[in-house]
Amino acid sequence: MAHGPTRRPRIVALTLAALVATAACSAPGGDAGNDGADASAAPVTDATCGTAPVTLKGYFETGFPLPKNLSDEFTKQFPNVTWDIREDQFAVITQNAPRVLSDDPPDLMRLPQVSELVKDGLLKNLDGYASAFGWDKWPASQLEQMRVSGTGERGDGPLYAMGLNFSMTGIFYNKKLAAQVGMTQPPATLAELDTVLQKAKDAGLVPINQFNGGATGGLAFPLQNLMAAYGDPAAINQWIYQKSGATIDTPANLRAAEHLQKWLKAGYFAPDINSQDYAAMMSRFIGGKNLFIFDGDWESGNLDKQMAGNVGFFLMPPAQAGGKRAAMSAPLTYGISTKAKNADCAAFFLNWVATNQQARDIAVKVGGSHPMGPADAYMPAVAGNTVTASTLAAGATIGTDNGAMDFIANATGAIYAKGWTPQLQKMAAGQQTPDGLLKSVQKDYQSQVKD
Amino acid sequence: MPAPRTGRRAARARRPGAAWLGWLFALPAVLMYATFVLRPLLLTVQYSLYDWNGIGASTWVGLDNYRRLLTDPELSATILHAFELILFFSLIPVLLGLFVAATIRGIAESRLATVARTVLFLPQIIPLVAAGIMWSWLLSSTGLANELLSAVGLDSLTRAWLGDFGTALPAVGIIGAWVLVGLCTLLLLAGMSKIDPALYEAARLDGAGPVREFRSITLPSLRQEIGVCVTVTVIAALASFDIVYIATQGGPGNATMVPGLEIYYLAFSEREVGMASALAVALVVLVLVCVLPIQRLTRESR
Repeated sequence: MAHGPTRRPRIVALTLAALVATAACSAPGGDAGNDGADASAAPVTDATCGTAPVTLKGYFETGFPLPKNLSDEFTKQFPNVTWDIREDQFAVITQNAPRVLSDDPPDLMRLPQVSELVKDGLLKNLDGYASAFGWDKWPASQLEQMRVSGTGERGDGPLYAMGLNFSMTGIFYNKKLAAQVGMTQPPATLAELDTVLQKAKDAGLVPINQFNGGATGGLAFPLQNLMAAYGDPAAINQWIYQKSGATIDTPANLRAAEHLQKWLKAGYFAPDINSQDYAAMMSRFIGGKNLFIFDGDWESGNLDKQMAGNVGFFLMPPAQAGGKRAAMSAPLTYGISTKAKNADCAAFFLNWVATNQQARDIAVKVGGSHPMGPADAYMPAVAGNTVTASTLAAGATIGTDNGAMDFIANATGAIYAKGWTPQLQKMAAGQQTPDGLLKSVQKDYQSQVKD
Repeated sequence: MPAPRTGRRAARARRPGAAWLGWLFALPAVLMYATFVLRPLLLTVQYSLYDWNGIGASTWVGLDNYRRLLTDPELSATILHAFELILFFSLIPVLLGLFVAATIRGIAESRLATVARTVLFLPQIIPLVAAGIMWSWLLSSTGLANELLSAVGLDSLTRAWLGDFGTALPAVGIIGAWVLVGLCTLLLLAGMSKIDPALYEAARLDGAGPVREFRSITLPSLRQEIGVCVTVTVIAALASFDIVYIATQGGPGNATMVPGLEIYYLAFSEREVGMASALAVALVVLVLVCVLPIQRLTRESR
């Protein structure tokens, strides 16, 4: 030990030098799919699962039984297909998506926002399957959000993902409490909604519970609804799709953000909104603690079970009487890795989900949302007094009003966690102005789109 | 003697004898250390010089990421938050630990001392994630903290502690203090047990009271233990992640965003691996800059 210390630095230096030499000789990266090589999909003539045993590798979202139920039914109908399923929470899937798609490619995977994955060449171009299966003859709005152009803008271009169903969002209400404040039918205008909110407040109720704590700024739900009430949903989609020159900082959106601020200042939201998470919001609403929540039809089945007969749904009312309605409505996206082994079988499954009668039954009964597929396809019967029936009917209204929007939180991979959430939390605490909110999010958006 | 290199070359070193044999024994450990500690460390340094999304091609940007680190107020705010956490993670546990350890030593004979020691150390064996979840219930708007305040008529003070801009960071700090106070108490108690009791006896004969005893005997004898406590807790504060991730995820509105969490968001949500690496390197340097002087300060007495 006596002569140790004098030698140690040299050994360390040498080891470090050797490691630096091996580590630094090449720039990191470049292990993406095959950039551009798959730009045009090969024409597909016969995509099936065959008759030989196939194991489809799936990567699904924990907590949502729909994909598992569908895969079980699929195996029942096609016994040669078995499943190797991995499940994670959506946040984990979002973080893992690029690495998993490239290192451990699943045949079928629940996808977060797709534009960055497409840019890295990680997702299979599904255009070949679309024309083989006739997906391109479905209502175009169903697939629009999953198309990505060569420049990375969404909304048109090749198809890179497919939905298991598509969701509808709006306002759920507690019927008993609604009657208590004299709301006999859903408000027809924004002003009427304001009146109901004030009445609920006056009656000592919590008018709205909305999750807005942690990394999930749920105020984005009412905000986007207000944006569409004041402005044009198409313009909001332009921004979400990263069309060049699109901005969220518009006069109409400013009025929407100001309206939301008015609600916040009037005390229409629970005072602990910034520490309320999604589970807390659901348990309070189901427990009859408040009148409204802004949420989506993925909860329809759950609410019909837990608040049977006591829960209603309506779409955000327009600013002017008789105006068009709009809502966030997005497919439950699943994609196929560029490197997937059984891409044909996975695509066959996706087509089966949209067209098979049992699969469509499951999509509605388990998923609560509208199945994908042709406009005149089979629809399962749903009891009239359920909230599931209301949300499915709302889908038809949105269809005629052409008011479907993707979610402003999906504009880029990080805009929700790093843009909307902190700014909306600041606004809820009175530390951000409506104008500052939009400007700040727009700034984040621009720096993220540029990358 | 020439420094033997690691790996197979060591076996070929010209000089026979114990030296290369020693390295051979160390080889598995050296390999593990090089693969899982040194290599990632160096790769992080390398990545910090690139603009890279973790998958696609990377672009050499030199020191640009570090420049942004110094100019982006959102990133520098995270470092300020980490320093604020030192108050809660280090100062409170060490001071409280000293007080509690001295008290427990005073009642060393009784059963109560054992019970107190066990209770205080319990937070250490609870996973930080569980501690975070438990505390987020306690501090929620309907949690125990608010119920206690209401019970004594302080309704005006009740709030969602983790969702309020003013209280979120201190609330996270309190969770950390709760976890670390047991560790400090135990370390300091161990240190106290090796102080010669004759010293206290002599002091008492000279007429010293408990305060004087504490100041003149206990405190100086515990210099090294205090050094360890401060070092460990300062690192815990600067590199905090789990508690913040579970309790607030950096919210509300970045009020509790700390470097560890920001690195995670940059790497996995914003997919800016280069920027995340730069912040990670800066954090390592920051920890060293804070911890090395503490080490020197508490060792010099010999």
